[in-house]
Amino acid sequence: MTRTRKLQALLGTSLLKLFIALTAIFLILFLYVIFSRGGKMINWEFLTQSPRRYMTEGGIFPAIIGTFWLTVLSIGFALPLGIFTAVFLTSYARPSWLVRIIRVSINTLAGVPSIIYGLFGLTVFVQFFKFDVSLLSGALTLGVLAMPVIINASEEAIRSVPPDFREASLALGATERQTILRVILPTALPNILTGTIISIGRVAGETAPILFTAATFYTRLLPTSVMDEVMALPYHIYALMTEGSHAAKQVPIAYGTAVVLLALVLLVSTVAIIIRYRLRKKKKW
Amino acid sequence: MVNKSAHIITEDLNLWFGDNHVLKDVNIPVYDRNVTALIGPSGCGKSTLLRCFNRMNDLIPETRITGKVMLYEENIYSSRVDVTNVRTKVGMVFQKPNPFPKSIYKNVSYGLNVRGIARSRIEEIVEKSLHDAWLWEEVKDRLHESAFSLSGGQQQRLCIARALANDPEIILLDEPTSALDPQSTARIEELCLALKDQVTILIVTHNIAQAGRISDYTAFMYLGEMVEFGKTKQMFTVPKDKRTEAYLSGVFG
Amino acid sequence: MNNFKELSFKTVTYIASLFTIVVLLGIIFSIFLGGTPVFQYVSLTKFLSSPSWHPTHDPPDFGILSLIIGSLLVTAGALVISIPLGLGSAIYISEIASQRVREILKPIIELLAGIPSVVYGLFGMAFLSPFLIRIFKIPTGLNIFSASIILGLMVVPIISSLSEDALSSVPKSLREASLALGANKWETIIRIVVPAAKAGIISSIILGFGRAVGETMVVLMVAGGAAQIPSNIFQPVRPMPATIAAEMGETVIGSPHFYALYGIAIILFVITFISILITEFIVMRKKR
Repeated sequence: MTRTRKLQALLGTSLLKLFIALTAIFLILFLYVIFSRGGKMINWEFLTQSPRRYMTEGGIFPAIIGTFWLTVLSIGFALPLGIFTAVFLTSYARPSWLVRIIRVSINTLAGVPSIIYGLFGLTVFVQFFKFDVSLLSGALTLGVLAMPVIINASEEAIRSVPPDFREASLALGATERQTILRVILPTALPNILTGTIISIGRVAGETAPILFTAATFYTRLLPTSVMDEVMALPYHIYALMTEGSHAAKQVPIAYGTAVVLLALVLLVSTVAIIIRYRLRKKKKW
Repeated sequence: MVNKSAHIITEDLNLWFGDNHVLKDVNIPVYDRNVTALIGPSGCGKSTLLRCFNRMNDLIPETRITGKVMLYEENIYSSRVDVTNVRTKVGMVFQKPNPFPKSIYKNVSYGLNVRGIARSRIEEIVEKSLHDAWLWEEVKDRLHESAFSLSGGQQQRLCIARALANDPEIILLDEPTSALDPQSTARIEELCLALKDQVTILIVTHNIAQAGRISDYTAFMYLGEMVEFGKTKQMFTVPKDKRTEAYLSGVFG
Repeated sequence: MNNFKELSFKTVTYIASLFTIVVLLGIIFSIFLGGTPVFQYVSLTKFLSSPSWHPTHDPPDFGILSLIIGSLLVTAGALVISIPLGLGSAIYISEIASQRVREILKPIIELLAGIPSVVYGLFGMAFLSPFLIRIFKIPTGLNIFSASIILGLMVVPIISSLSEDALSSVPKSLREASLALGANKWETIIRIVVPAAKAGIISSIILGFGRAVGETMVVLMVAGGAAQIPSNIFQPVRPMPATIAAEMGETVIGSPHFYALYGIAIILFVITFISILITEFIVMRKKR
């Protein structure tokens, strides 16, 4: 009996190890393929030049700039809304049907497929507000998509501020608003920001929401206003793989673009994770 | 000192958590079919010592142990020993009742299921164990309800029944009543006295009066050392060591 | 004056919160506004039950059954891969790995979750597909099988990190109780820890389902794009999100085809919304 029990335990544990090893092997293969094939594309010209000859030559500079602006504008739009919502939910909201609806909405928004965000952006920003296919429409669409992530990160960060801080501040005669702005938010801010940075990775990498709202296949020009169409790194990869007729020349460029995008996303998230790790170690309360 | 047969004897037991020397040369006998109480101020190592007897300290990383814990003739820390067998022979009840999120019945049958005891015998053993833990009358009509439907005191008795189902030789009780109300506490104490005919009991308690009420032998621990061991009546009336005397009279605690 | 500041600050946070409802309603409103006109051209039953999707024929056929089946097959395939891998790594990280290994593996899983889907799509198209053609001698490497693999690996971090949360929040006292009763580590995991974390694990799987069924770029690039009911897993399909993404650019706003694509979005939304409601329900029941 003990022997079968031990055998079972051994088999089970080995199975778990096999599963995690398979995951790791795939991940390593995936990263190796992308970085080994795309890495050799990366040079100064690739990063700073515009595409030439229907994207079979030249660099990806406009796509880098496009992704930069899409990300900055969308986070700039979503961050204040997200933090305010989190403040409301943690500090002001009393249990009520309205608060429940808000929560269900946030959870639903977090699960809505990104392509549906794309259609929403098309209907509301492109058509209804007549922003057309533009940086602005794309950034707003991505901002809406990032909102639930930012709300959840902020709420968690605010909730991890010990209640004593709040009570101490209120007991000293500060108002609710002063307590939130001077005690709670500053304490929670590093955690809010690390959560937000992780959502930046998501925004920068999204393709489906900008397909019909912001992205253009090919432009040599950089955006001069928020009403311009832009190139973007993720869309550029997709376009290189599915449009045009020089696959042999386009695929390597797609790999190169993927390296830039992956490096950006992984770098930004790694920084966030390291900061968070340090914060947790340093935390005194 | 050792005339009666002792179930467990430790020999120069030392334990470190990292650099922290928690148990220092502990030698203690636990006598067959008796209640032995471990007392001492918080942090003295009494719970750690208790958890040496079923090797629960193995779970804590960076734990180092020297010396022996003899269960009859066998050192339970010997490399040939299967730790799951030790834990079947040495039952344990924790500070806070911790029933599994399963039915009352399944809580008691858990140890039996794990060991692969025949289904036909399980039902009988479950009933007997619940009887022995004085819970049967209260739960016989709702064996398949969740264990969380029981009160705190009932949950703790369920945990005792769960341990009894393995037919252990010893039961370790780690401050079993510290989370309970006085009435439930009294019932568990009575239960201990009733159980000592069938099983050896080693109890850690913070409550000196409790040790006085239920134990035959008492060990007083202080700063990781076993300061004094003896018959409870003797120790409580004429303690040999000054520290024991001070603790018993409530100078520190 | 102070009172005014207090009130206006509170109002701002309140309005921001209401904005989430507005956005959700906006999403629902826009896809229904865009999608319902298609039912002037095709009945709901036919829309859902006809397998022929020929939006540009004259007269056009707007039957999305093959698209729904494509989505469901690819999603099921993804879950076949991601449930064992995701749950397996979650159990390993939470129950078996040492503190040190855990602190390394958890952030790696988190990083994995952030990899853009279009890069997975690129990997599927440019690496996996030619590889599969060579191994299996099949005509195309863009099919249910390859899309399931890529999609499955994309979902692994979601299932893994959420299940891991659920497993680590099982109280230590339950593990101790089980071990103290003579169970070994594996028995404790399988009989106590996993059942106690059941609600969280199921939620993570449903969330993974929602993510897989709605994922666009991977299926757009890797599933092959043929609107047909497949007869084996090496045939291409055209899942719903891929159809919307591929065809929206080529339709005229206000045409029946345009409405039909929004109609697909309604179906997709309903599927994900139901899966979200199920997780909400599980979480709510768990709280009680």
